[in-house]
Amino acid sequence: MNHPTDSQPAHSGPALEAVGLGLQYQGGWALRNCEFQVPLGRVCGVMGPNGSGKSTLLALGARLLAPTEGELRVLGEAGDTPELRSRVGFVAQDKPLYPTFTVAETLRLGRELNPHWDQEFAQRIVDQGELSGKTRIGSLSGGQRTRVALALALGKRPELLLLDEPMADLDPLARHQLMGTLMAEAAEHGTTIVLSSHILAELEGVIDHLLLVRSGRIVLAGDPDEILDTHLLLTGGGDLSQLADHTVLESRSTGRRTTALVRTGTPVTEGWESDRPSLENLLLGYLRSPALDTTTPSTHSKAAA
Amino acid sequence: MIEYRIERRSGVSTYQQIVQQTKQALRLGLLQPGDKLPTAREVVELTAINPNTVLKAYRELEREGLVEPRPGLGTFVRRSLARPEAAADQPLRAGLVGWVDEARAAGLEREDIAALMASVLEQRFDTGVTPAAAPNEDKGRNG
Repeated sequence: MNHPTDSQPAHSGPALEAVGLGLQYQGGWALRNCEFQVPLGRVCGVMGPNGSGKSTLLALGARLLAPTEGELRVLGEAGDTPELRSRVGFVAQDKPLYPTFTVAETLRLGRELNPHWDQEFAQRIVDQGELSGKTRIGSLSGGQRTRVALALALGKRPELLLLDEPMADLDPLARHQLMGTLMAEAAEHGTTIVLSSHILAELEGVIDHLLLVRSGRIVLAGDPDEILDTHLLLTGGGDLSQLADHTVLESRSTGRRTTALVRTGTPVTEGWESDRPSLENLLLGYLRSPALDTTTPSTHSKAAA
Repeated sequence: MIEYRIERRSGVSTYQQIVQQTKQALRLGLLQPGDKLPTAREVVELTAINPNTVLKAYRELEREGLVEPRPGLGTFVRRSLARPEAAADQPLRAGLVGWVDEARAAGLEREDIAALMASVLEQRFDTGVTPAAAPNEDKGRNG
């Protein structure tokens, strides 16, 4: 609704919707009981530690994996059809491309395989990185390969882009440039972008939706500003039992001072100094919180990464 | 055209930075009525921030009557914030200069003066006191 949309089809529900979603590997669950929605047109960050299930989630969205239980609806579709695949762009963490192809041949492949291919746009992304069309993929640096993989995914003009750790290999300049390109794409075409990272600095200011994954569970989902509005960082000399009305996610005491991260709808005043937490405070609090320790066996989630 | 500089770690939200930088440009006369603001696409391509943040900032500026969207054309400045009364040669500024000198003479440091100023501003603006409602309450220092 916030973006001008000229070529969007009728689908108006969420871009992604998980219902009871779970994925089991031999002997363990990579994801379990996931319930969330990502509205259309959002830039959604999938955050969480290594091995928490981020890659599995994106691979389920790209239909490279099928759920063990529940479902992950993508642009309203529960199944896997060529039509759906043409509307979704996916860049895997290891940026799989044919190493013997040249950059130009790789873009040509994109043109042959995708009905809505935008050669000019894909070419512009490659040119921005000063890559020659004649260079073989196998001789590119990690960051250059990322650029070609993103050009291939964006050239499809997808409605939904799923990017697994897209910025990991990039130097700061290329990261800023490509993130700017992604944001411009979202602004102009209303493209929904879902990207994973375990580095908050990469996503801060970029995302307007957040999924926080911890040991295969979604522990936070929603607009980061709205989430922050319902949390307080308390500091004081008081007793934690005074906070019984609120959900204490994490607390630590040093000497006479106690710091606590709480989820609350009401202000806490007596004896506590309260601040709005930063997104970093909040994410760390949720990742450390003993209250959320579901001890899901996650030993196999690595296999999906 | 205005170019926004976004400071990620400033503690000020990104959308507030856009609102503040636009207002600053309006106050300084760098943006004039009729001028076009950059499109969300142009802003995000350069700053790599979320497009909804830009739109949120523009909506805020629109609510305050400072800019207006013209469908298909872009967002345009409606009115300036440049205040002739605040110019260097006007009595308001001279009065403030006099008061600051007086405060320094009384031994206040820069931080003291800033804190005092912030506190008075808060009192006068945030408690709903309007100049008309309390005309002479603060005249004590003049007499």
